[in-house]
Amino acid sequence: MRTRHAGAATLAALTALTLAACGGGEVGGGGEETGSGSDSGGDSIKIGIKYDQPGLGYQDGSEYTGFDVDVATYVADKLGYSADQIEWVEAPSANRETMLQTGQVDMIFATYSITDERKEQVAFAGPYFIAGQDLLVAEDNTDITGPEELEGKNLCSVTGSTSAQRIKDEYAEGVQLVERPGYAECVTALTAGQVDAVTTDDIILAGLAAQPANQGKVKVVGNPFSEENYGVGLPQDNDRCEDINTAIQEMIDDGSWEKAVTSNTEGTGYTPNADLNPPKPDACA
Amino acid sequence: MGDFLSQFAELFANYDVLGAFWVNIQLTFWAAIFSLILGTVLALMRISPIASLQWAGTAYVNILRNTPLTIIMTFMFLAVWTQLQIRMSDDFATNFFRFAVIGLTVYHAAFVCEAIRSGVNTVPLGQAEAARAIGLPFLPAARLIILPQAFRGAIAPLGNTLIALLKNSTVAAAASVSTETSTLMREMIESNSDLIYAIFMTFAIGFVILVIPIGLLTTYLSNRLAVRR
Repeated sequence: MRTRHAGAATLAALTALTLAACGGGEVGGGGEETGSGSDSGGDSIKIGIKYDQPGLGYQDGSEYTGFDVDVATYVADKLGYSADQIEWVEAPSANRETMLQTGQVDMIFATYSITDERKEQVAFAGPYFIAGQDLLVAEDNTDITGPEELEGKNLCSVTGSTSAQRIKDEYAEGVQLVERPGYAECVTALTAGQVDAVTTDDIILAGLAAQPANQGKVKVVGNPFSEENYGVGLPQDNDRCEDINTAIQEMIDDGSWEKAVTSNTEGTGYTPNADLNPPKPDACA
Repeated sequence: MGDFLSQFAELFANYDVLGAFWVNIQLTFWAAIFSLILGTVLALMRISPIASLQWAGTAYVNILRNTPLTIIMTFMFLAVWTQLQIRMSDDFATNFFRFAVIGLTVYHAAFVCEAIRSGVNTVPLGQAEAARAIGLPFLPAARLIILPQAFRGAIAPLGNTLIALLKNSTVAAAASVSTETSTLMREMIESNSDLIYAIFMTFAIGFVILVIPIGLLTTYLSNRLAVRR
């Protein structure tokens, strides 16, 4: 009976602590929200980015870093929104169209390739960057220089992307594919030697290679074999497309674009495909 | 309406939907067999008269039952395959399929064990006492007297576990099985986001079609095979 009482007391204490912790969290969270809502003093703009792609869109504590974030900040500034009027929202690949259609975000900068299927759902400004599918390999690897050399090798990509399948279909039939929910797990498998290469768009790979934990262990091959036009996702009925294109052109002209690319891929020796970059924004539909 | 139906036609023409469901059925089939075996062993341990076996069985059930399946699957990939470099096959697809079956098995064995134990509870104590009285030791008593009656009483909870297993087989994506339904669904949404409602309906209806017969069958069997007392 005594042990049962002791158990009950412990349970009660634990419950109280847990509840207290919850309460604290809620108060903190609420405060933060009202803070960002009120200090903008007017409109704010909701921008969808990736939270999990270092070098492009990455949540680092309360900071957001990456090339997408830099371009978004620049464009928002030209549209009349200062940095503290931007509300960052996570836009995972599968949710991007829905988030634009339902107005959860005003625009999306999230490695969003412009395709005809997507144009039926949403509008695009840009492109602001032209990426290409490439390979990430171990630093000391010299025999993989392109997708053709992957015959009999092991290749990792993320679940639901078609980039790895494309290599199997078009370049190396004997490649073994493994799909993971995130690129970070692919890089773990690469550094552990279980896969020979990781594939996706070159700038995403460069961002992964630039992470402190991976520096000096992996490198981007630098032989892109596709064209992905990263655009700014907008709702169909927007009136911002022209302004965004102007802003992107300005960013390219005044050198901030170049600076954003370099600073986000520092230490990896990566340079974007020079034939295609910097891109010229398409005319708005 | 016809327009909506043509969206389904487009999906089925461009993607191997049936093949993806077939992978889930295969995962479920193997994991169901192995988890039934492992779960029965665990149940035997938990009802055995040996305290250390009881303890081990209870510990297994409580630990595995309270670990999210995704974590077990990710563990299979990151710890067992990536770091320990254990391989089940040289072919990647087979390799990860087997890892997924192992992950599903160790997780669902805990639930199978508890389902069988609930079946054991339906067997009157007099049965065990009668078995002892005619001189049967624990294992023969369990094999001949207790478990046959326990299984017949456990069909409904075992059916529930099987349904959960079928739906949980989509978590195999976390163990890198890339041909099953949840991966295919992501791929479809990624490249055909304009058909999102048709994609959702395809998989929702697909699983309903698979789950309903299991439910009907277990209800029928649990009525038919119940021990009348």
